[in-house]
Amino acid sequence: MNKMEKALRELSEMDELAAHASPVHGLCPTAKLLTAIAYILTVVSFNKYDLSGLSVMLLYPVLLFQVSGIPVRTCFYKLRIVLPLVMAVGLFNPIFDRAPMLTLGTVVVSGGVVSMLSLMLKGLLCLMVSFLLMATTPIDALCAALRRLHVPGMLVTLLLLTYRYVGVMTEELAVMTDAYHLRAPGQKGIHISAWGSFLGQLLLRSMDRAQELYSSMLLRGYHEHFHYVDFKPFTFSDGLYTVGCTAAFLLLRFVNVAQALGGLIVR
Amino acid sequence: MIEFQHVSFAYERGRSVIEDLSFSIADGEAVGLIGANGAGKSTVMKLLLGLVSGEGTILVDGVPVNRQNLSQIRRKLGFVLQNSDNQMFMPTVYEDMIFAPLNYGLSREATEARVDAVLEQLGLQELKHRHNHKISGGEKRMAAIATILAMEPEAVLMDEPTSALDPYNRRLVINTIRGLKQTKLITSHDLDMILDTCDRVILLSAGRIAADGPADQILRDRELLEAHRMELPFCLAGRRLE
Ligand SMILES: Nc1ncnc2c1ncn2[C@@H]1O[C@H](COP(=O)(O)OP(=O)(O)OP(=O)(O)O)[C@@H](O)[C@H]1O
Ligand SMILES: [Mg+2]
Repeated sequence: MNKMEKALRELSEMDELAAHASPVHGLCPTAKLLTAIAYILTVVSFNKYDLSGLSVMLLYPVLLFQVSGIPVRTCFYKLRIVLPLVMAVGLFNPIFDRAPMLTLGTVVVSGGVVSMLSLMLKGLLCLMVSFLLMATTPIDALCAALRRLHVPGMLVTLLLLTYRYVGVMTEELAVMTDAYHLRAPGQKGIHISAWGSFLGQLLLRSMDRAQELYSSMLLRGYHEHFHYVDFKPFTFSDGLYTVGCTAAFLLLRFVNVAQALGGLIVR
Repeated sequence: MIEFQHVSFAYERGRSVIEDLSFSIADGEAVGLIGANGAGKSTVMKLLLGLVSGEGTILVDGVPVNRQNLSQIRRKLGFVLQNSDNQMFMPTVYEDMIFAPLNYGLSREATEARVDAVLEQLGLQELKHRHNHKISGGEKRMAAIATILAMEPEAVLMDEPTSALDPYNRRLVINTIRGLKQTKLITSHDLDMILDTCDRVILLSAGRIAADGPADQILRDRELLEAHRMELPFCLAGRRLE
């Protein structure tokens, strides 16, 4: 199996994770989408020095991981490329913001360090929840949910097709690299002299395939709108889930539970 | 039901692929379209489906194939592509099968029933929830045929339906095709299959009709076939493997 096929397999693994069964998988996609949006908005709205308040938000993804049965390891493995980028965002804060914030024993922690940590945590939380959404909801269902929230059909279809065509392109690339290596044994990678034609071919071939795929859709009655398989209707319990979770997020946002609990113990 | 009137077509200017092609296919007829590689068989299909357009007139049930009538016409025609990889674009076989019926406004229950009936007819129940990129080439071909049958088209167009199939599945496809009441237009290099499934054969050569007539007349004509880079079907050749 070459690298491309691995990449392809990873993509399809998301589909497979999403096809599992669990209480989280069973929720209506719209409910999950709304809750994820509420969660991300809440997380982002935290004050940049409010690390303790923010850390309590970790509860939700941890619960989701537990209930959905998606391994945490898988999540970090899939996010291994984006995670460092997102985490790097706050890296310079400690340099610019040196005002002392709090003292832990004899160590003085500056505001910059706290805000760096909270930014990192924010990034991590948002990524985890987005991942969990993707891993528990098939892409089609997700698109259907977006449609139901009145996101323009064009955009949603674009999203869906991009997702599909990435697969098509990786597949073409996999076939081509295999064909190349079969005739260039012992070569590592693709020789630079072949890059031009290789890329050109890849583009043409993926375009051809995309074209055929698209005709195949047209021939089967596709016009502008996807008829999404509406896996699950939005039921009362879905409403309860959405409202309950959102209320909990708001509570965690405006009442510092960590501090309150700590206060109870100290007093 | 299908009528070509003086149709010509070229992909690139000056290199015509189809030249002044005229023929008609009656309701319920099963026609085999044969010819050497590059003779233009797939192109005929594309013209009929309105995927490419050339000069001349193509009629489906008396309705000309043009931009305004496309959706009306395509609804009647089920096309099995030469390359099944390009036909299946949903994650699972099942999702691919419900794509067309839902697009044509069938209810969920009716679609479900149709899908199950087709899968049973082809003996493919086992494939239903398999992932499209994880099934073999032959299985994919069978699934592609299933997605088209789930459309319940009035005419079935198949481009090389038996290539890449093992003998068992090939026979299954042949029997399935024979069982279809719809109008059929089938291209293939598998002349034995054509002989088994079609009453009439159109022999295409460099974009023109070289012969058109009853299948067992044309497919017996060794000289005609060999003149157009083909051979007698095995079952008629009287050859035996030593
Ligand atoms: N997209 C294209 N652009 C330019 N020329 C094309 C294109 N598709 C096909 N052709 C040319 O048109 C001619 C007819 O092609 P077509 O695919 O119809 O042949 P075919 O009879 O189906 O052959 P096969 O038995 O190999 O499937 C060929 O000479 C081919 O080179
Ligand atoms: Mg062809």
